[in-house]
Amino acid sequence: MREMSEAVAAAVDLVARADPELVEIVLLSLRVSVSAVIIAALIGIPAGAALAMFRFPGRQGLVIAVNALMGLPPVVVGLCVYLLVSRSGPLGNWGILFTAPAMIIAQTILIVPIVTALSRGVIEDLSTELSEQLRSLGVGTSRAMLTLIREARYRLVTAVLAGFGRAIAEVGAVLIVGGNIAHHTRVMTTAIALETSRGNLALALGLGLILIAVSLAINALVYLTSGIARRRAGA
Amino acid sequence: MKGSLSWVRLLLLLGTAIVATLVHPAGRFITLASTTSTQNSGLFDYLLPEFTRKTGIEVRVVAVGTGQAIELAESGDADVLLVHDRAGEMKFMSEGHGVSRREVMYNDYVIVGPGSDPAAVRGLNDAAQAFRRIADAAANFVSRGDDSGTNRQELRLWEAAGIDAKSASGSWYKEVGAGMGATLNTAVGLDAYTLTDRATWATFRNRGDLELLVEGDPRLFNQYAVIEINPVLHPAVKASDARLFAEWLVSREGQALIGAFTIDGQALFFPNATTPEN
Repeated sequence: MREMSEAVAAAVDLVARADPELVEIVLLSLRVSVSAVIIAALIGIPAGAALAMFRFPGRQGLVIAVNALMGLPPVVVGLCVYLLVSRSGPLGNWGILFTAPAMIIAQTILIVPIVTALSRGVIEDLSTELSEQLRSLGVGTSRAMLTLIREARYRLVTAVLAGFGRAIAEVGAVLIVGGNIAHHTRVMTTAIALETSRGNLALALGLGLILIAVSLAINALVYLTSGIARRRAGA
Repeated sequence: MKGSLSWVRLLLLLGTAIVATLVHPAGRFITLASTTSTQNSGLFDYLLPEFTRKTGIEVRVVAVGTGQAIELAESGDADVLLVHDRAGEMKFMSEGHGVSRREVMYNDYVIVGPGSDPAAVRGLNDAAQAFRRIADAAANFVSRGDDSGTNRQELRLWEAAGIDAKSASGSWYKEVGAGMGATLNTAVGLDAYTLTDRATWATFRNRGDLELLVEGDPRLFNQYAVIEINPVLHPAVKASDARLFAEWLVSREGQALIGAFTIDGQALFFPNATTPEN
């Protein structure tokens, strides 16, 4: 328990001093994970909607596969991306190993299934609710899909936030493809792992508290803004 | 319709802005694959800014076990190596991956364990004998188990002790497959013995009941060397900047800085380059 109070003290101290290294690490964490979430949303929401709306052979298998891939182990994703972008890999000439873009790719792969699966659920529910109206309007499936995404946008926020939560919290993938390089690819989770290995348990825990606080702040921000937008739209 | 369009546009704009900040032009840098012991001790935080100030070359450190560091270099993913496993380094050189290998500094390994010392190894200066006593007492021993330089050294010591520790894996011999710090954390939790480099031990803050028990065996000598990666085999390697770094490490200036690095008044690395230049 002594560690817990020391951790709180360490966290308060870092925040109070606005420790420049901490600020750098938090900003990089956000840049990487927010980028991954945006890309994953641009892929996952349309993919989820398509899975919900279109009927095609193998659809059920695909739905099961996407659901299962929500549990992708970050280390495995990291390893696959490493093998891709390593100098001896097929994308080696991009030269992006141990850079933020490689970390974004890894996190995107990790969370696309989450955003896709959750979006599919949301859109499917809504499509059952609204199927009568859509049919009576005589719109085609693609058109209906766009309408449903628009109608479901506030509920899709939760799907996107789930993806963000996974991205900001994972350590296995970014450690392998980022390399935890100081001032370059060190993010909150890899910094926590490093301080733990230095035996600085209180500092590691303090960084963990800051990570949770940052995550909480982002979630609150998104939740509240989407609430305001929803009331404005009268939805 | 309009509302959702602007939402998508906002997302795209935000995405572009973020990507734009990510692909800012990178300055001159090299990637150094090195070991957890050098990073955990804080040596790099102290040493590398000096090199960067002098040359304008940033050094990006990827700290992993020696085995993994060598593998990174063999894939062409590092420009220069700073590791501590002579046998592995020689193999790396003989396969043509390295251009030059220069010895930089040394420290030593120590055996740490619970203060109660159930295997009665305290004060021994024969590491193999200490290992035999640990095995005889079937006292918990935590092994890195990650093919790092320290792990390889530990396996050589078991061999010297004539003990097949791996056959006890899962009972008193526990392979955790982790870095030095994580291994020490495990040893603290299990009241176990382990082999560690002195630098990591000196800077480790979660010692619990662990104490330094065995030191001073010449077999515990731990040599670090810097290796430039062969640009013929790995064309992406920044050979000239990597050479500047390797030469600086063994230069009078680099060596003096390494020797002056202390934690709590204790020197952790001893410079021993054979041909200091400049």
